[in-house]
Amino acid sequence: MARPEITYAIETQALNLWYSTFQALFDVDLQIKRGQITSLIGPSGCGKTTFLRSINRINERLGYVRTTGSITVLGNDIYGPNVELIQIRKQVGMVFQRPNPLPLSIRDNVIFGYRLHEGRGRLTRSQRDEIVERALRQVLLWDVVKEKLGRPAIELSLEEQQKLCIARLLPVKPAVLLMDEPCSALDPTGTEAVEEMIWELRGQYTILIVTHNMAQARRTSEECIFMLLGRVVEHAPTEELFVTPRHQETADYIEGRYG
Amino acid sequence: MDRRDLDWYIDKAVQILVFVGGVSAILLIIGIFVFITKEGAGFLTTTFDAKEFFTSPRWRPTSEHNPTYGALALIVGTASITGLAILIAVPFSLGAAIYIGEFATGKTREILKVLVELLAAIPSVVWGFIGLSIMNSLIIKLFDVPVGLNVLNAGVILGLMAAPIMTTIAEDALKAVPDGYREAAEALGATRWQVIFKVVLPAAKNGLVAAVLLGVGRGFGETMAVLMASGHSINLPTSVFDSVRALTATIAAELGETAVGSDHYRALFTLGIFLFLITFLINLTADLVLRGIRKK
Repeated sequence: MARPEITYAIETQALNLWYSTFQALFDVDLQIKRGQITSLIGPSGCGKTTFLRSINRINERLGYVRTTGSITVLGNDIYGPNVELIQIRKQVGMVFQRPNPLPLSIRDNVIFGYRLHEGRGRLTRSQRDEIVERALRQVLLWDVVKEKLGRPAIELSLEEQQKLCIARLLPVKPAVLLMDEPCSALDPTGTEAVEEMIWELRGQYTILIVTHNMAQARRTSEECIFMLLGRVVEHAPTEELFVTPRHQETADYIEGRYG
Repeated sequence: MDRRDLDWYIDKAVQILVFVGGVSAILLIIGIFVFITKEGAGFLTTTFDAKEFFTSPRWRPTSEHNPTYGALALIVGTASITGLAILIAVPFSLGAAIYIGEFATGKTREILKVLVELLAAIPSVVWGFIGLSIMNSLIIKLFDVPVGLNVLNAGVILGLMAAPIMTTIAEDALKAVPDGYREAAEALGATRWQVIFKVVLPAAKNGLVAAVLLGVGRGFGETMAVLMASGHSINLPTSVFDSVRALTATIAAELGETAVGSDHYRALFTLGIFLFLITFLINLTADLVLRGIRKK
């Protein structure tokens, strides 16, 4: 379980991944610092989303995915024989490209994960309301939705839906939040609001965020990873990577020569 | 102005053809309804006694001195068979739909879907034959009853007949649930069963209700299998081992024997109007329920 001396929330070693015969990741060795926001950038198809989706093993839904190498989350090998998938998913929350609130009320969306893990019985109404309020406050959504917690979540704007999708991860107290282009479906105002919110969560959670948007990576992350064709090209503090990239490919990409 | 070349005429001709094809279905339905109403109308306006029709179990249209037209036993017969059929078909078809839609992958899934559709294509007379020959003796042996042609027999046969259709529609409903819901729930740590019970089934609720309703509609309208398996005796059933007679089976069995235009003939058409209205209402409800999900 989580030991205090761990400095890296996620470590991978020689991670290779195939979609049936197509190899999407090549020998990915990464160490992602605990409590920081790390962004993953690179052109489409470079494997950044694939990498993200292997950390909570949601990739396996596809059935034809094969992985070699190791991924360690908070000191636990997630492909280890005595690891429970449910426990990994509890520790590692995920936000998707398109907001995907469940077809339930706002309140039930927030409490959904908690109920899965803690069971329904032991929760009194006031405890539940407290959990819902705390989660919604953390994503800066409470003031907007407090009057309409019983309304269907799909009635919210996309920006609010995405915040709700982040809020529903928090009650189960995850250590890591994976975000797959969380702002790509949002307009500029929504993007700004969600970015601001993600920045607020820094320190409490280890956040790994995939983005197409280099300006976003620069604004919202402390470390940055550049991937190309399934390989990690460069991993450095964000400022360093953008100001003094060490590799030619990185420099070309951030200057917009491809991607 | 378009150029009136060959393509233009072909285009027009196809347009008209498609229009006629589309409208003819509506016209035919209206035509059928007008026809059975016209044939039944003479009875409805003269001999018909609503109280007798709906409350008396005595269906004696051939009695020389005092013919009675009480359809209660027939209505109860149809309802009991259909009810039992739905009880049997719902768990089977829901289970099959969940397995095909959520668990089976690749080849297994394709083969199962084809097989289920094949099952739906078995002619009803074949089902009736199974009821008459296999189920009959099986029920006599298993439950030690004198007659094996009864509500149980017809209900099981009808349930097996309705299950494939219900499975296909229910599976469509499950497939219509956006995958993002499943992914979201799984990423939150839900097990497969939790995903299905807490997310997929509630989201597909309307489609599933529609599937059941269409199964009910199928049950009400089914004739041949029910005629062969139910025992076809006028009876208010008190247990599943009683023989009954269904509305549809009555029409099928008696219409050939009546004089056109007689009271008996018209009474049978009145049963037809009644059946038509019920199945129409059930299908309409199913359709409205299905539309409900599309709007969201």
